[in-house]
Amino acid sequence: MATRTIVPFGPQHPVLPEPIHLDLVLEDEKVVSAIPSIGFIHRGLEKLVEKKDFQEMTYVAERICGICSFIHGQSYCQAIEGVMKIDVPERALYLRTIWGELSRIHSHLLWLGLFADGFGFESLFMHSWRVREKIVDIIEETTGGRVIFGSAKIGGVRRDIDNLTLKRIEGELRTIEKMCHEITDVFKKDSSVKRRTVGKGMLSKEDALALGAVGPTLRGSGVSSDMRKLGYAAYAKINWEPILETGCDCYARCMVRCRELYASFDMIYQSTAKIPDGPVDVKVTGNPAGEYFSRTEQPRGEVIYYVKANNTKNLERFRVRTPTFANIPPLVKMLGGCELADVPVIVLTIDPCISCTER
Amino acid sequence: MAVVDRSQVVEKATQMSKDGWRLVQISCAAKDVYEVTYTFDKEYKCSHIRTVLQKNDLELPSITGAYFAAFTYENELQDLFGITVKGLALDFKGKFYKLSIKTPFAPQPQQPA
Repeated sequence: MATRTIVPFGPQHPVLPEPIHLDLVLEDEKVVSAIPSIGFIHRGLEKLVEKKDFQEMTYVAERICGICSFIHGQSYCQAIEGVMKIDVPERALYLRTIWGELSRIHSHLLWLGLFADGFGFESLFMHSWRVREKIVDIIEETTGGRVIFGSAKIGGVRRDIDNLTLKRIEGELRTIEKMCHEITDVFKKDSSVKRRTVGKGMLSKEDALALGAVGPTLRGSGVSSDMRKLGYAAYAKINWEPILETGCDCYARCMVRCRELYASFDMIYQSTAKIPDGPVDVKVTGNPAGEYFSRTEQPRGEVIYYVKANNTKNLERFRVRTPTFANIPPLVKMLGGCELADVPVIVLTIDPCISCTER
Repeated sequence: MAVVDRSQVVEKATQMSKDGWRLVQISCAAKDVYEVTYTFDKEYKCSHIRTVLQKNDLELPSITGAYFAAFTYENELQDLFGITVKGLALDFKGKFYKLSIKTPFAPQPQQPA
């Protein structure tokens, strides 16, 4: 048996924007096993329910993550609306869908850039982020914020987008969609991308299910699971199917995200065509009582919001299970047997969001 | 929601695993008692198992034999709530999170006014 060496990977590493640590057990250049450590920046946001009332917690939920901020806020609002049995106006449901999908597009473009940077394809990184910037401009125009949307509200949304603006934005998105094709074609066809991703970080369908993988990590292993199929917001009213790839490797997970870009564009086009006129929120009175599990699909996968309320302003328990937290055990599996040089690329394919995980 | 005795948790989880359910999450809500809830998913259906622990007896069997992925949630229960999980496949022994306050989510004694 070769001598085993333990190589620490992270918490500071060029491919990691946020801290996560892996102890890589190596035999020569091959990773035999990986032991993950998180918790370097655990913020205890769930504990804030003791100080912030259930309305204020919307702002806290939105600040769990800077990439999927809106969907965090929306998931929290859905949980409270579930407890209080609030019917959200239909226009607000469509607006939530539009902002949710804009979040997904900018998150996937951000990830594609980071992924390209991970294997040294700097021009592809810059192109991805250049296009992402145009999506962030639309988000800024419609919400006033580039990172924190501040638009989620219990009972609806905080602001409307008028129909003329929606039509204009749709036109801009069609131009941006063409730019995306130029980027995703490179990810799809370029030999240097394929050499670093095809057959790397294998995660079989059975392992993905057994280890609780979520999002593109799960769908890249051929499992059709996308929480938008639960039909929250306006997802039940538009036509779409989960994006699946069966390669089970880094390339498959990348392709899921590339194809999801176009699915998101299409969902926004359908939403702008179908959005009805009407109010965007309802008045919320009283305090919540009861408990509720809200599940939504973040760009990184399924997120769970659990709230338990006791008819006071402050919730008794607020719990968030983020997609990266669920994708850590599958990551450990993917790393077993890989080459040391492939570790950064494999780690990136779960799209680790540590600020979510360290809520 | 099915409430079971903690002695049945491993058996129930093993059955869920055999029946093809995916472990979605394990969470805890602590006030007068500790409610630990296990959530599973199969084809977009959610199923929950809950067990209740008393403050003076915070011990649970690990379900990592049925679901290896449970190690993250069970280490979280140990670190944040002070629940001892027996038989954990990957036990960080209270070091999963780097915390300045020990078991911060366990009910704290009331501070004098």
